This record gives sequence, C-alpha cells and structure tokens, in this order.
Amino acid sequence: MKAVKRLVSARQELLRRYGMLLVLLVMVILASFLSDRFFTTANLMNVTRQVAINAILAAGMTIVIISGGIDLSIGSVIAISGALGAGVMAGGSGWVAGLLTTLAVGLAFGITNGLFIAYGQLPPFIVTLASMALARGFTQVYTGGRAIQVSNQTFQWFGHGYISSIPVPVTIMIVVYILGYLFFKHTKLGRLVYAVGGNEHACRMAGIRVNRVKVAIYGINGLLAGLVGVILTARLFSAQPTAGVSYEMDAIAAVILGGTSLSGGRGNIGGTIIGALIIGVLGNVFNLLNVSPFYQDVAKGMVILVAVLLDRLLHAGGRTIRKEVDSGTDKAESARA
Amino acid sequence: MAKERPAENRYVVRMKGITKAFPGVQALDGVDFDIIAGEVHALVGENGAGKSTLSKILTGVYTKDSGVIEIKGQPVEINNPLDAQRLGIRIIHQEFNLINHMSVMENMFLDELGQKPWGLVSYRTMRRRAKEVLQWLGLDVSPDRLVSELSVGEQQTVEIAAALSKEADVIIMDEPTAALTDAEVERLFGIIQRLRAQGKAIVYISHKLEEIMAIADRVTVLRDGRLIGTKATSELTRDEIVHMMVGRPLRQMYVRSRKPSSEVVLEVENLTVPGKVKDVSLVAHKGEVVGLTGLMGAGQHDVLRAVFGALPVSSGTIKVRGREVSIRSPWDAIRSGIGLLTENRKEEGLILPLSVMFNMSLASMDKVTRLGIIAHKQERSQADSYVDQLDIRTPSVDQQVEYLSGGNQQKVVLAKWLATEPEIILMSEPTRGIDVGAKAEVYRLIDELAAQGKVILLVSSELPEVINLSDRIYVMYEGRVAAELDATKTSQEEIGLYGTGGYTR
Repeated sequence: MKAVKRLVSARQELLRRYGMLLVLLVMVILASFLSDRFFTTANLMNVTRQVAINAILAAGMTIVIISGGIDLSIGSVIAISGALGAGVMAGGSGWVAGLLTTLAVGLAFGITNGLFIAYGQLPPFIVTLASMALARGFTQVYTGGRAIQVSNQTFQWFGHGYISSIPVPVTIMIVVYILGYLFFKHTKLGRLVYAVGGNEHACRMAGIRVNRVKVAIYGINGLLAGLVGVILTARLFSAQPTAGVSYEMDAIAAVILGGTSLSGGRGNIGGTIIGALIIGVLGNVFNLLNVSPFYQDVAKGMVILVAVLLDRLLHAGGRTIRKEVDSGTDKAESARA
Repeated sequence: MAKERPAENRYVVRMKGITKAFPGVQALDGVDFDIIAGEVHALVGENGAGKSTLSKILTGVYTKDSGVIEIKGQPVEINNPLDAQRLGIRIIHQEFNLINHMSVMENMFLDELGQKPWGLVSYRTMRRRAKEVLQWLGLDVSPDRLVSELSVGEQQTVEIAAALSKEADVIIMDEPTAALTDAEVERLFGIIQRLRAQGKAIVYISHKLEEIMAIADRVTVLRDGRLIGTKATSELTRDEIVHMMVGRPLRQMYVRSRKPSSEVVLEVENLTVPGKVKDVSLVAHKGEVVGLTGLMGAGQHDVLRAVFGALPVSSGTIKVRGREVSIRSPWDAIRSGIGLLTENRKEEGLILPLSVMFNMSLASMDKVTRLGIIAHKQERSQADSYVDQLDIRTPSVDQQVEYLSGGNQQKVVLAKWLATEPEIILMSEPTRGIDVGAKAEVYRLIDELAAQGKVILLVSSELPEVINLSDRIYVMYEGRVAAELDATKTSQEEIGLYGTGGYTR
C-alpha cells in the first residue's frame, strides 16, 4: 500500500519538479532548429548575460513570494540606487564608494518596505506600490530626467568584465543562486521564510518574531535590487532615470514559472532560475528570428499563462491523489491502533 | 422512531454494497447504509473509517466503484453534487460555505441569483422566502444582515436554512457542533427534532458520543471501510459504540500515575484582560494537572492566551517558581518555560505545507541552530525521537503535516511544545476533533507529562474530560474564578452550578 503511494506521488513529484525543466529543454531544442545562430558561444553568452539581471531579481523575489508577500518596487529601486551610486562617482569618489552607495540605497529601500509591511501591518502590495512610485520619483528629481555618466573603468567591469571567460553578471548570478540554495536549505531565516508564508499566525503563536523576519526578507530583496543597480549602471556606462522599468514583472513571472505559489509557503529557488531562463530564451529566439518586440510581449504573456496552467493541472492532480491515498494510510493506521 | 410506512416509501435512501477504492487503498468495502424518512441516523467511526467517503459518495463528490443507490425505491446514479441536490440530498459542512460579506438571504439563495433574465434579482421575493424559513427555524435574524455579523451558531442555522430553502429530504450534518456553544447545541437539537417531525431524514456525523446518544434514532458504525453494524440507539450503550468503532474495548480512557507535589511553579495574580478576564488568580504545582472550565466565553481560553502573551493584559502578575516574569509576547512566554497548545491546530498550531520535522522544531529553532545555521542531524534525530515517544503515525518526518490525521497532527503540535522544554504547558481543547482512540492517547500523554514534573493548565469544554484529567479545577463565570474545586470530589452538576453563576461567594 505504501509502495503504491510512493509510486504515485513520486511520479507526480518528478513531473512537478522537472516539468518546467522539460519545457526549457524543448524550447532550447526548438530554438536550435529555428536558428543556426542559437547554439553559438557568442549567442549563449548573450542569453545568459541577459538572463542574469532578471534571474538575480527573481532570486530575491522568490524569497518574498514564498514568505507570502510581493515586491513591486524593485524596478524603481534599481533606478534610484544606480542614480545615487553614479552620482557619488560623478562627484569624484571612487568605484568602491559608488558600489557601496548603490548597494546601501537598495538595502535601505528594502528595509523601509519591510518596516512598513511588518510594523505598520500593511499589505506588501500597497506598500511596495507606493515605494515604486516614490523611488522612481526620487530618481527623476535627482537626475533631472537625464542620465548620469559613469566613466570609472573598474566600475564598468561589473557589466562588461569576465572572470575566466564567464561574464561578470553571470558569475554574480551563479553566486547568488548558490547562496540562495544554501540560504533556504541551511539557514534558520530561510526556514522561517517558508514558515511565515505557510501560516503567519501560527508562527507568531510559536514565538517567531515575524516582524524581524519580514524586515530581513524585504531588506535582502532591496539589496539584490541594488546589486542589479550596480550591474545595469556598469553595463550602460551610465545611470538612466528610466532604468529597471517593469523589471519586477519579469522577476515575478520567472518565480511563478518556477512553480512557486503566490499564496506563500511553497516553492523553491531552483525553479526560479529555470523560469528566468525560459523567459530569456524566448526573447532571444524572437530576436534571432527578427520578430518585432511587440509580438514578443504577446508571446511572453501566452507562455506564462500556458505554463502556469499546466503547472496548476499537474499540481492539482498530484494533490487530490495524495490526499485520497493519505486518508487511506490513516485508515490503515487506525486499524493498527 | 418514524411511524411505519409502506415498505417502498420507508427508505428515502438505500445504499447497497457500496465499494470505493483509491490508489492503493480500499476506502469502502461493500457497505450497506439506509436512511428512513423522519429519523436521525448517526454515522460514526474513527478518522479514516470511511464516513466521509460514504457521505461524499451520497453527495456526488466522489463516484462509487460499485454498488447500488436507491432513492425512494428508484435506482439512481449520483455523478456530481448537482445530481445529489436534485435528488433532495443536502450537506452541511463542518466548515461553513457561507460568503461572509453577503447578506443572510443572498447566501440562502446563492444558486438562484442570476437565474432571472438579465441577471436581475428580486430581493422582495427573496426576503419573504428567507423570512419564512428563518422563522420556522426560530432564528430571529433579519435576512438583510451580513453573515459576518452573526455568531457561529447563527451562521450554522443560516446554512441549514439554505439547505431547507430548496427541496431537501436528507440533510447530512458533518460534525455540526464542533464550534458551537452549549446553548447553540441545544437549539440545533431543537431544530433537528422539528426537521425529524416534518419527515426529513438527518444523517448525523460526529465524534461526540454523548450527542449521538441524545439525538440519534439509529447508529451505523464503520471501521476500516467496512460496515460493523446498524442498530437502534436504544439498544446500545456508549461503551458498546466505542467497542464497535475501535474493534476492542478501550482499556481505560483515563490514567492517573502522577503524584502532584506541593511545590508551586506557576502563580497568576489578579490577571485582567479588558472585557474578557477579571481579576483572575490561580496557582499550579509541580506535576499537577489544573483544569480551567466554564461556559463558552467565560474567559477560560482567554486566561491561557493572556498568560502566554497572546492577549494584552491590563493588569496582573505572573510568577514562575516565585520569580515575576514579564510576558508581552509568545516569545517572552516560551523563554519563561511556557508553551500553549491552541484549540485550533490548523489555524494556529501548524504550518500545514511544511513537514512534520519542520513543524516540530518551529518553536525551538534556536535549539537546533548554531549562528543561524540549521543542525540537520540534530533536528532529524529530535523529530525521530518524538515520533517514537508520542507514537505519531507518519510515513516519515518529511511528510507534509497536512496529510496527517487530526490526532497525529495534534501530537505534532505537542511535540513542538515539548521541544521547547517547557515547565508549564497550557492546553486549550487538546482533544477537539480527534477520534476516541487518539483521545485516550492524549490523555495518557498528559498524565505522563505531569508525572515528569511538568505543570499542565488544561482548558476543555468537555466536562468529563476536565474532571477525569485534572487534580484541581477552577470554574470560571463571566471572566472571574467562581470556584476552586478538588477534581476527585466534585461532579458535573457542581461545576455546572458554579459555571452558570449558581453559587456566589
């Protein structure tokens, strides 16, 4: 009886866990048939570099969404952190000051979000919607609507450099995901992210200081937005007042494609990187085929819908079967009792 | 019981040889079940015995693998919930299916809304029909009131009203009294009597055997998906039903192996929670089980929450081993060696999507982490040892806790608190919604914990449980302690008298 159960849930589990990986593989195979330029080193390098930014943001967003929250502000936080960092460098400071300023501004915005959400007991959607507007507004005011050039070559390395033939942004992405994996698997905070997302009230009743956990979560997310601020500024040789517009949407899309539940408590960061790759490969293929960017958005929307629908079907199927079988184990157990 | 009727009309529902298998398990195995018009028919069994599968087949949530269902003598197929409704079968769930921000009448006629052309709604007709049904049920509530403004008991009556607003011959009630106060239970029973007198059949699913003895005409017992028997309630005793349910006589529900000492561990002095608890003082000794009881809303649950820091107090002191402690949050309480097993394990006790192991270490994360890093081996061996110690039935400690039965879930919550190594365990309704076998185990565990020297403060609305488990009992009335009684010398009647304000000091 147990064996049957294990078999059923194992197959479901396999499909659930690797379903999106399968989608990605199919897309890659299709892409290589559609364009012979797809599988060139230059192109693959290009894809991963494009994916890197969204993937780093999506890593932070995974934490936020598993905790039952959402963060709409990160696109604007990229802009404000980049602008202030570039401003510091334009004022004559070195790349270290520029780097630290950018990261610190991101962290500060994230922590502020967290404080309002936790201690103000406000919905994350509303708080981050407000700070999205605030951060974008500050950026426009600070830059006067013009880009701030960055000429420091060491700083530019964060967007254009290589570490043994791997682009720096990609290296950063890889490090972020390794840390993210370790965070969820081995740290107390990572565990509490799941717990708070699964049942916040029960966490409070178990003596978890939920408010601190939330501040930490949004702080981490802000810090990652700052990190992307560094990469983007370096990549463009300047801080643009319109940098990062709607980046939060791609990040959320990657998280959802990765199988993380928007209702919190369920999901994993490994899925997110696959989600980000799916979005990236899709865009790349369209570029290679010279499809208009307008159609790209249409296609992206459809892919997200179909993918999530598929996941939903698999997920729902898996759950009912497991539930029924499990009431069976109860039965067997009460028989033994 | 109902008057004799012509044979073909006697049975509203006959289910014969009903079989249902889920992958790897036989949930129902050739079960016969019939319902006579004008009877209250109790369906009992332990969790997983097949009660809910049977009622789900009757209401069209599941379809049977084999067997025959006859409604008033006609063989029928029930393939979905709509079929069941058309055949006059209604179910009132344990968790209500009401929409909180809609009015009473809108909830009652939910499936008729939008059936008129252009989606128009005749509120006048609806109000009139709602009033009729509500009046008949004796619920004095305006049809325009929002459901969210009603008490739990009133909400349940609205559910019944919704069921009655359409043609219903059979009404299935699944654990209908789980969230009701005594007075509300009384009223529900009154309604059931009237429905019965009208010739409606009630299928009554419950764990509470006292209620079944009081209200049911016949009892059907299921065990392991098989029919154990159907008998008139008048031919059965409570113990016989238990025997049929668990397949053996329960040796002893209550055990007392502990010896409370005179060493005071917990002192609560003049505790006041605005509007809920007034000037409550109590003490508890090492190795003692102290019962706290009273009518619903007399403040006993609030005392536990206040001591645990989950309710803000306006005045009062709490001393642990003579030392005054400041408790403003559950976190403070846990550090003072206090744990609280809440009355609603799914809402406050468990993180359902997480594993057994994660749930067990949740309240004591610091004990299994070093500098914020989880010590996996230690966490796992702790979980394994609690699974052994409390005899928790789960395939592994990695199992998601939502797939465990109620009794096993409750033991996981208990393990979570034991892992914090508390001196004082506050327990609020520790056996709510778990079956007879699991109850006996929880009783044994409470005795064992006290024997180890822990202090247990127990709140339960089941009086026999309070009397048989406790050493001393505080009876509360309107937020105050009305009496302190020796559990071995008191009776349900005496507690009832103090609990209703019968004696005043």
